Amino acid sequence: MPEARATIGKKEAVPSGGGAVPAAVAVDAGPAPGKPRSLWSDAWHDLRRKPSFVIPALIILLLLVVAAFPGWFTSVSPRAADLTNNYLREPELTHFFSPEWLGYNQQGQSIWARMLYGTRASIVIGVAVTVLVTVLGSLVGMLAGYFGGWVDALLSRVIDIFLGIPFLLGAMVILVSFDTRTEWTVTFALAFLGWTTVARVMRGSVISIKQSDYVAAARSLGAGTSRILLRHVLPNAMAPVIVVAMIALGGYITAEAVLSFLGIGLSEPSISWGGDINRAQGQIRIAEHILLYPSILLSITILSFLMLGDAVRDALDPKLR
Amino acid sequence: MSIEMTKADVPGVPLLEVRDLHVEFRTREGQAKAVNGVSYTVDAGETLAVLGESGSGKSVTAQTIMGILDMPPGRITGGEILFRGEDMLKMPEDQRRRVRGDKIAMIFQDALSSLNPVLSVGYQLGEMFRVHRGMSRKEAKAKSVELMDRVRIPAAKERVNDYPHQFSGGMRQRIMIAMALALEPDVIIADEPTTALDVTVQAQVMDLLSELQRDFNMGLILITHDLGVVADVADKIAVMYAGRIVEHAPVHELYKRPAHPYTKGLLDSIPRLDHKGKELYAIKGLPPSLTAVPSGCAFNPRCAMARDVCRTEVPPLAEVTERDGSPLGGRTSACHFWKETIHG
Amino acid sequence: MADEAAGPREPILEVRALVKHFPLTQGILFKRQVGAVKAVDDISFTLHRGETLGIVGESGCGKSTVAKLLMNLEQPTAGEILYKGEDISKLSGRALKAVRRNIQMVFQDPYTSLNPRMTVGDIIGEPFEIHPEAAPKGDRRRKVQELLDVVGLNPEYINRYPHQFSGGQRQRIGIARGLALNPEVIICDEPVSALDVSVQAQVINLMERLQNEYDLAYLFIAHDLSIVRHISDRVGVMYLGKLAEIGTDTEIYDHPTHPYTQALLSAVPQPDPEGRDTRERIILTGDVPSPANPPSGCRFRTRCWKAQDKCAEEVPLLAVPERFKDSDTGARHDSACHFAEDKDIVHA
Repeated sequence: MPEARATIGKKEAVPSGGGAVPAAVAVDAGPAPGKPRSLWSDAWHDLRRKPSFVIPALIILLLLVVAAFPGWFTSVSPRAADLTNNYLREPELTHFFSPEWLGYNQQGQSIWARMLYGTRASIVIGVAVTVLVTVLGSLVGMLAGYFGGWVDALLSRVIDIFLGIPFLLGAMVILVSFDTRTEWTVTFALAFLGWTTVARVMRGSVISIKQSDYVAAARSLGAGTSRILLRHVLPNAMAPVIVVAMIALGGYITAEAVLSFLGIGLSEPSISWGGDINRAQGQIRIAEHILLYPSILLSITILSFLMLGDAVRDALDPKLR
Repeated sequence: MSIEMTKADVPGVPLLEVRDLHVEFRTREGQAKAVNGVSYTVDAGETLAVLGESGSGKSVTAQTIMGILDMPPGRITGGEILFRGEDMLKMPEDQRRRVRGDKIAMIFQDALSSLNPVLSVGYQLGEMFRVHRGMSRKEAKAKSVELMDRVRIPAAKERVNDYPHQFSGGMRQRIMIAMALALEPDVIIADEPTTALDVTVQAQVMDLLSELQRDFNMGLILITHDLGVVADVADKIAVMYAGRIVEHAPVHELYKRPAHPYTKGLLDSIPRLDHKGKELYAIKGLPPSLTAVPSGCAFNPRCAMARDVCRTEVPPLAEVTERDGSPLGGRTSACHFWKETIHG
Repeated sequence: MADEAAGPREPILEVRALVKHFPLTQGILFKRQVGAVKAVDDISFTLHRGETLGIVGESGCGKSTVAKLLMNLEQPTAGEILYKGEDISKLSGRALKAVRRNIQMVFQDPYTSLNPRMTVGDIIGEPFEIHPEAAPKGDRRRKVQELLDVVGLNPEYINRYPHQFSGGQRQRIGIARGLALNPEVIICDEPVSALDVSVQAQVINLMERLQNEYDLAYLFIAHDLSIVRHISDRVGVMYLGKLAEIGTDTEIYDHPTHPYTQALLSAVPQPDPEGRDTRERIILTGDVPSPANPPSGCRFRTRCWKAQDKCAEEVPLLAVPERFKDSDTGARHDSACHFAEDKDIVHA
């Protein structure tokens, strides 16, 4: 019966009760831990000294600025077509950042300006697909992993079905059914097909985390499902998902470029690297610069996201810690 | 099997000697002196126990002897490892590899991860004979069965083609012992060989190991944190703390009269099986981080006897004698106040 | 510890005929049961207020499953767990949550039992968030700092993360979390086995001090027989899901009557080189059989040097053996052996 206990109020007696404490156990005089450092701040501490993180991160930062404010970097409109700008003329590579420095395309549009404005489509699609995929995939993966049983069986079969669809082919089938395809059409098509990768990673990491002792500890304290999921499972399961998402982001940008190149991605008047590369291919022998510069930028962008994902994975990998 | 004596024991030259070994690690927090001037010897038929807690440098020393230290981040910054008087660190690479392959063998704590899961144990045992002794597949297999018999694995003939996961933990550790014995080494280094095993199985494996050591007249370096295991099998003990040897003594002497406060504290802090006892003595504090070893004696912040000199001067490993100065069987202690510790 | 002269105080936790079988299934879509791992098979014991009951056994004997069952982290296949007379294994929802306040757990591995993404303050404060009635909101930070102080950690470390602490310090954090709700019972599953020798004694002493201060009852599960003797008032020995023997620490350690207990005690390496050549050792042959397919009759018979036909046919009951019923020595305690025999292993 709780009568005696409640009145004793043991905990209140604690600080004064310390008198009888044997000296040996009173204070744990070990090396004092330094400043509070979460695992994320530890990872950040590591990352910011690594060139393999800093360089791609700076490139991506620059791309984000360009995507948001392409007008800051050029004075001409990407759609301004002046046929006096002959596309066969060699680029003026020394006229840095001027409209003509990377040459003109067949319509007499500045390739530099088109690359800048095309950034927006690539980045917006890449980021938006990643966000959608991460949210949807994490949700499905977490439910499947945490609840197990028939929930897991059902969701896992759904994941299997989606994994059976070839990514690009599936995207093509979806996109050809639309007449005009904006950034959002492409985003939804890619996200619809892409969430399964994240869901699988999430499911795996949730399964291992739900067996950990700290989850058992929370359960034995009487924590409810939502607390366990939000406070314990999700924060610990996110690290691998974030890494997968970062690496996948590069893949989505590629996918957009490929689809646009095939003519079923973004439709006019959207500007995209893939579309420009597509229109340049006929001239590859006489004016390779029309194809070359957008391709280089596309490659650098994808590589940056892949390197960033790799660096973050290394920093978060607990095995290396 | 016969005891191989390619090079006869030279009187006065120990079988294996580690002399003033220094190993450093590069870590995030800076240079860590994992091994800081360690010396010990082991002779044929002798068991040396290296006792220490995690981070004391006991395993790093062994890994350095075996040449399995990860370099980088590890780096040998000084010292010698003499096998029959010859410095292994100065040998040409192929000779060194021969010594490490043939003459010194190692047993690890985790037998499951030391065995290849996709190859049968017979194959892995036989590989030793095929690679090092150039035996045929058939001969090697016969030898494997013989070895498995020797480490008392029941029905060795039937089990030789089984895979590691089909054996229990104790049986897997026997297989590791068999592998270590395969080439009839002169020295076996056992790094916590029974820590992962249950008490009753631990007794079986320790028994087997000491028996084989006797039969083959090998030197055994037993690395452990368990004061009970040490008391059961060791001839002499080197106690390590923060990368140094703090006390070195024959086993009976050490338990009877420890000459270093750390050893004394350890002995007092373990509960006993034969009586309940009152409150345990507890060494205060924690073992130091190797990147921030206290100045002077590394144990001084945890030591009840520490005085000013302990905080400024590193105590040398001094010879311990009886009260009247008569020798005590080569005992040493790295404590400024070993006299007070041992003689009260 | 309870005043021994006064005998045990009132029972606080009673375990009656507890059974836990984990089904072994085959098939992916249509699972069918092909057998069961009999992790815990008909175990009964009582934990009294303020006492420490030690449970020893080797890996796979089911001792950790017992802990999980008592914590309601697993559902028993059969049997009852009575907390002050009420069967808590059937509770759920609010009633279960209320009982949880009184039974807490300290885990074995201090590296996996603390959420690496939470600060120490959040970890120790979580019990108060789950049970808001235990401490008013404004008071929680102070309570957490008090708890840190109680377990011997600097209260200023409240914003640090678990990976900034050593194993022993982390275990103190785990103990502080277990104490937060002012429980009556703490289940300790191998609480010191992952710690360095010199740190084990600190944590054991801390646990003993807290027991005295808060009148806690401990169920202390461990494989280290010396530590169990040191901390326990009574000890139960488990083998393959069953209790082989149970009694006070003196009865079990000085008068073991079950052959398994005798073998276990004789196998413990003792930190005393003097007796090492003369000490009698019972070296068991073979390994522990699989709990999915335990031997008939007495489960220990496959490794027992005394086994006879009767042992294969008849399951020995856990009771005071007939021949010791009238004995006035420590041999008079519950032992599940047909051929129980008093044997002094530790002092021989």
